[in-house]
Amino acid sequence: MVDDGNIFEIKDFSIYYGDFMAVKNVRLDVRSGRITAIIGPSGCGKSTLLRSLNRMNDLIISSRVEGQVLFQGVDIYHRDTDVIELRRRVGMVFQKPNPFPSSVYENVAYGPKIRGVKKKSQLDEIVENALVRADLWKEVKDKLNESGLSLSGGQMQRLCIARSLAQEPEVLLFDEPTSALDPISTANIENLLQELQKTVTIIIVTHNMQQAARISNYTAFMYLGEMIEFGDTDTIFVNPYNKLTEEYITGRFG
Amino acid sequence: MPIFDDELKGLRDKVLKLGYMVENAIRDSVKALVERDSELAKDVIRRDHLINALDVGIDEECVRLIALRQPKAGDLRLITTTMKITTDLERMGDMAVNIAERALELNEEPQLKPFVNIPKMAEAAQSMVRDSLDAFVTGCSRLPYEVIKRDDEVDELTVRNFEELLSLMIQDPKIIPLAIKRTYIAKYLERIADHATNIAEMIIYMCKGKMIRHTEITEDQP
Repeated sequence: MVDDGNIFEIKDFSIYYGDFMAVKNVRLDVRSGRITAIIGPSGCGKSTLLRSLNRMNDLIISSRVEGQVLFQGVDIYHRDTDVIELRRRVGMVFQKPNPFPSSVYENVAYGPKIRGVKKKSQLDEIVENALVRADLWKEVKDKLNESGLSLSGGQMQRLCIARSLAQEPEVLLFDEPTSALDPISTANIENLLQELQKTVTIIIVTHNMQQAARISNYTAFMYLGEMIEFGDTDTIFVNPYNKLTEEYITGRFG
Repeated sequence: MPIFDDELKGLRDKVLKLGYMVENAIRDSVKALVERDSELAKDVIRRDHLINALDVGIDEECVRLIALRQPKAGDLRLITTTMKITTDLERMGDMAVNIAERALELNEEPQLKPFVNIPKMAEAAQSMVRDSLDAFVTGCSRLPYEVIKRDDEVDELTVRNFEELLSLMIQDPKIIPLAIKRTYIAKYLERIADHATNIAEMIIYMCKGKMIRHTEITEDQP
């Protein structure tokens, strides 16, 4: 993807769960075609912020937001927003691989089918293409009809990525996508993210700071709901501006 | 204290120890020259392997900390700075050995004239080493900037020393072999001051995260 400015512009954005303010007046520009990592201790609001970018937070009854999230210049919290379409364009991959309890093929074909793709040959092409992009095709091309749940953890996670890619998203949100995986599967996913970055903007929440350092172009550090520091990953890990950031990334927090 | 903080403290202590040994080597090599004490010169040469061993030990410790602790930000800058400045310190130790070797040679010959510039240069160079290492421990202050400025004094003394010796050589070519050795010694001290300048520049990097090597320093505020 050609870098053409900011795909998300988050402006004075706050998220409440009931009376609790989980995300406080966050400002953040997410560059198109880049990998942005969000780091911070548990409870800092990073997953909440991530989930708000395709309105997954709507599913939590008590949550409400203030401020704006502009996606391609359009406020996604406007009442005219087609949330289903938003979630197609902004996909999400979670911490624990969560394939549907159906075949590998059906997992990937599900989204396009819902979208109205009916022709078998067209579905076949979408499934193969998504599995290739998720670097899983070689491993599963002979077992497309086996259950997605029969795959290894790393394969299941790549299946979930393929399932998202079949929807042709512009952005993929990753919430701790490797924390349940072994180091080799983690390395595979990280390589895959680097590859996907060429076609999809990636935002990743991770507890693994080395992972943020390894794969991201930009890093945001959050603490107690606030965006403490945001910048080039190089700068954040070599010479952070904020003392809190320094304490967190050098493991001297609290 | 967390393990890593303890290890970093241990690393700093080793750098200070190395600095102390190098400072002594410089002082003793010049003392061996000025006081014509060949035993002391031999002692400086004998002790050099201790400096080399500590340099290697510190480098190994840095590599270990990078591998096991994945240092970041200030910790990372401390460790990379350590690896660079120990190389400078070790080279200073070699320069002190060179001075001691010239001292052994000159001590065999009649004294050309009393030493004036060289003790001054040695004193300035030693203070540069001492202050740059103080800055390494105390962190951000004006000290490293002052060290960098002092390098000019040493450079001037080197030129003055050379000009004085040159006029003596013109008057009496017989003294050329001795005078040349004296210019070597001044050159060694000038190099020591350059290494101390490198250290001060790295300390500024360690503090501020900004490389000032190969640039004109315009700002001297910590």
